[in-house]
Amino acid sequence: MLLKRSPDLKYSDITPRQAYLDRRKFLYGLGLAGGIALAGRGLSNLAFPSVRAYASTKLDGVTKGPFGTDEKITDEKVVTTYNNYYEFGTDKSDPAKNATKFVTSPWSVSVEGEVAKPRKFTMDEILKLAPLEERVYRHRCVEGWSIVVPWVGYPLSALAKLVQPTPAARYVAFESYFDKKQMPLWSRAGIDLPYVEGLRLDEAMHPLALLTVGMYGETLPNQDGAPVRMVIPWKYGFKSAKSLVKIKFTKDQPPTTWNITNAHEYGFYSNVNPTVDHPRWSQAKEVRLPGFFKNTPTKMFNGYADQVASLYNGMDLKKNY
Amino acid sequence: MNRILINKWTKAVVFLICLVPLGIILAEGPSGWGANPTQFLEHATGDWVLRFLAITLAVTPLRKIKALGLTQLIRFRKMFGLFAFFYACLHFGLYIGLDQVLDFHGIWADIAKRPYVTVGFTGFVLMIPLAITSTAGMVRRMGYKNWQLLHRLIYVSAVAGVVHFYWLVKSDVHLPLIYAGIMAVLLGWRVFDWFSNSGKKPTPGRPVSKEPAAVPASS
Repeated sequence: MLLKRSPDLKYSDITPRQAYLDRRKFLYGLGLAGGIALAGRGLSNLAFPSVRAYASTKLDGVTKGPFGTDEKITDEKVVTTYNNYYEFGTDKSDPAKNATKFVTSPWSVSVEGEVAKPRKFTMDEILKLAPLEERVYRHRCVEGWSIVVPWVGYPLSALAKLVQPTPAARYVAFESYFDKKQMPLWSRAGIDLPYVEGLRLDEAMHPLALLTVGMYGETLPNQDGAPVRMVIPWKYGFKSAKSLVKIKFTKDQPPTTWNITNAHEYGFYSNVNPTVDHPRWSQAKEVRLPGFFKNTPTKMFNGYADQVASLYNGMDLKKNY
Repeated sequence: MNRILINKWTKAVVFLICLVPLGIILAEGPSGWGANPTQFLEHATGDWVLRFLAITLAVTPLRKIKALGLTQLIRFRKMFGLFAFFYACLHFGLYIGLDQVLDFHGIWADIAKRPYVTVGFTGFVLMIPLAITSTAGMVRRMGYKNWQLLHRLIYVSAVAGVVHFYWLVKSDVHLPLIYAGIMAVLLGWRVFDWFSNSGKKPTPGRPVSKEPAAVPASS
C-alpha cells in the first residue's frame, strides 16, 4: 500500500493525519503516486520537514486486553469534543479548540523518586515498553457524566518493573505538562498548575491502572491527554492525569490538584461511589453521553468492585472519599 | 428616544427580541448542544435568567439618568421581568425533567441538601409571586406601596441567582464574578439613590420613590 509505515518507525516520525491526507492529495495531484510510493517517507519529510507535532495516528499491534465492558462504546466525537482539560480552558468544548497546536513531540517522562533505577523514558520507549492492549473502560466524571472508551495502553506496573520501586515507595505521584505559553488560558483554570495527581502504590500497581497512549486504535488526541496519560477506571476522571511528564514514587501521600483546590469536595481517593455524595450533588446517577437523561445508576467503584474493592478493606469510604 | 419607546410597535419588537435567545438555543440543537445537551441547555437558559434579571434591574437606574431620556423604558420593565421568569421556568423545567428525570425524591433531597440548589430554587420561587402580581390589576388591588415592597424580592432573586452560579462552578469563577459585579452595580446604585434621596427630602409618610408610571397604562 502506498506510504505504508515501516515497523521501526519512531514516534517522532509519526505524521499528523491531516498532513498525511494532504500529502496524499498532493501526490495524487502530481500524478506520480506509483513512482513516489517507494520514496514516500523521504518525500514527506521533504515536503513537511517541520511537522513534528502529533495528531491521531493508528497504533499497530494492539491486542484485546482484559476487563473490557461490552457496553456500547461512546462515539469518538463525544470523547474528543467534551473534555475537562483546564489548562486549555474550562468549557467542555475549549480543549478541542485550544489544544490543536499543543506540541507533544519530542516528549519524555521522568520516572524517579523511591526507585532503584530512575530514568527518563522517551515516547518511543514508552510505546514499546510493553505490548499495547485495548481496554474498553467506563469513565465516570465527578460531575455526573460518563462515557465508555476503548483506551490503548498497558498496566503502569509494566513501567514500574523497569525502574524497580524500593521498599520505601508507598505512593505514586503524577505530574502533567504545564507551559503557560502553550496554555494561555491557564490563569482562568482556578486550579494550581502543573496538575498533580497521586495513587497509593497498590492502587497504581493494580492491573486495571492503565498507562495510556491511545484510544479508538489511535494515538491520543491532544485534548484527551496526549501523548501519554493515566486511566484509573474505578476512580473519578480527574484522578487520571493527562499529558504526563513525571511519575514519582514517594514515601508520603502526594498532594493532588483538586484536593488542594477544595479538600472538602475532592479527597485523595475519589473512588467512584454512588453512596457518597459530592457536597454539591448526588453521585447516585450519571448521564451516559451523549444523552439527555441523568438516569443511569452509578455503580460502586464504577462497576470494578470485583477487581478493586479488596484494596479498601476495612477503610471507611465516607471518610476516605 | 422616548418617542420610539412609546410607539405601539416597539413593545412587539422588544417582545420578539426577548425570544431571540430561545430561538438561537433551539436553532443550535441538537448537534450544537454537544454531548451533554441537558447541561448545555441548563447553562444556556440559566445565563439568560441572570441576563434578564440584570436588564430588569437596569431599567430604573437608566430612567433616572436624565441625560439618556429613557424615562419611558418603564413600559418594558414588566416584560423583562417576566422573561427572566420565563427563562427561569425553562431552566427549572430542564433540571426537573432531564437532569433529575422527574425523580421528585431526588429533587427534594437536592433542594434540601445542596446549598447551590437551595439558593437557586429560592431565587426561582421568589419570582413566582412577582410574576403572578405583575398585572396592572394586581398593582391596583394591592396598592402601589405594597406592590412595590413585594417586588423588591427581585433583589433577593438576583443575588440568589449569582450565588447559585458561583457555587456551582468547580473552579473557574470569572463568569460568576462578572455577573456579581453587574448586580453589585445595579443594587449598589439603589442603595446610593436611597441614601441621597433620604437626605434630600425627608418627607414623612410619603414613599421616597415616585413611580406611579410603573403601573402600565394598558394591558
